[in-house]
Amino acid sequence: MRDKLLFALGLAAMALLARNTLAVAGYPNEANQGAIFKIIFFHVPVAMAAMFCAAVSLIGSVMFLLTRNFKYDALAVSVTEVGLAFLAANLVTGSIWGRVIWGIWWTWDARLTSALVCWLLYAGYLMLRHAIEEPTQRATFAAVFSIFAFIDVPIVIFSIKWWRTQHPQPVFWGGGSIPAEWYITAVLNLLAMVLLGIVLTVTRLRQEEAQREIDSLRRTAHAF
Amino acid sequence: MLSFFQQVLVVMVKDLRAELRTKEAVNASLAFALVILLMFSFAFDPLEETTREISGGLLWIVFAFAGTLVLNRSFAREQPNDCLDAMIAAPISGAALFLGKALANYVLVLAVELVALPVFGIFYGVHWTAQFPQLFMVLLLGTWALTVVGTIFSALTVNIRLREVMLPMLTYPILVPALMGAMQLTAGLVTGKPISGDSFSWLKMIVGFDVIFTAVSLVLVETVLVG
Repeated sequence: MRDKLLFALGLAAMALLARNTLAVAGYPNEANQGAIFKIIFFHVPVAMAAMFCAAVSLIGSVMFLLTRNFKYDALAVSVTEVGLAFLAANLVTGSIWGRVIWGIWWTWDARLTSALVCWLLYAGYLMLRHAIEEPTQRATFAAVFSIFAFIDVPIVIFSIKWWRTQHPQPVFWGGGSIPAEWYITAVLNLLAMVLLGIVLTVTRLRQEEAQREIDSLRRTAHAF
Repeated sequence: MLSFFQQVLVVMVKDLRAELRTKEAVNASLAFALVILLMFSFAFDPLEETTREISGGLLWIVFAFAGTLVLNRSFAREQPNDCLDAMIAAPISGAALFLGKALANYVLVLAVELVALPVFGIFYGVHWTAQFPQLFMVLLLGTWALTVVGTIFSALTVNIRLREVMLPMLTYPILVPALMGAMQLTAGLVTGKPISGDSFSWLKMIVGFDVIFTAVSLVLVETVLVG
């Protein structure tokens, strides 16, 4: 039953992505930027999906510290990995856009810098996990670090914003003039990313649970 | 029964005494700071005007690197003879233990910085005395950010593989806002301009960072130490 549901969600995500890709391909090029403008239909939804992931990761970490139930730890690590992938996709699509429009792959502008710092923060979380052997300690320390990272994110974003800004102002939800149809595609793409994120997270979650079961069996075997 | 502040004081004095008897962390940190200062002179022309403009940034990179050496030792020092377990078992709260250690690190890192600062001034022709009271305030606030985050992560990384690498890997990205603020303020102050106008928001940001991360560390330290 759970398998079927997961497959269904995955299929829905793929169908949505296919529909959106075709729709985006059909839109006219933007007057100043040309075809590269269309990357925004993927660039913005993956960023938002990454933010959702960070929020879920915080919830998982806090719940683990409160309940000491390893399910929440598995959730936290799974969703962090997926979020990191989304954020990487965001950085890469942004970089491609920058190469075409600005002529450079990277600039130390406020949003780029904060996205990179966030990426490094959560990469640190995964590195910390890899460095700790003992499962309870690993889960506890990772949860503590995840809380620190989440608290740091808004401070990083605001401080770097003061520092400098060169990123184009938000196109969606920013008061620009965009056809309604485009909004729908952007929102549907966000939905597709969220569905994809759920499927990936749940798959990863099961891996994590299987891993824990293997570890505990191995320990039992060694005990005899 | 000791009061909370007496407990903090006992831990702090013990850490400082242990460090002053061996001087291993402080000596290593100072030597490291001098080596980085030397390396920077190759990377940038030390007498160039632009170097003076980025000197605030250079200085804080030196402080962050050198500070990590002190912070790395903070909990690692307790590992031989299972001292850390004994300290956790002692009838004091985790918060008192953490605060005592953080304050001891604070004194040590500040001491290293106050020695490195004049050396930096001499080597790079920077007028660090021009706005010294304000510079000292930035030093106090920025260093507290460095030590409070560094101390809690020092506790996190104490018995894991690759400790020496993990501590800076975890600490620096978290510290980005505080370090950035300290760099911006220091860069202005060493060129003789007092803190004014826009710079105040950086000062407020560092204070906010200090308050938030001190509070979060005090709440979570029990979890880190006891599990």
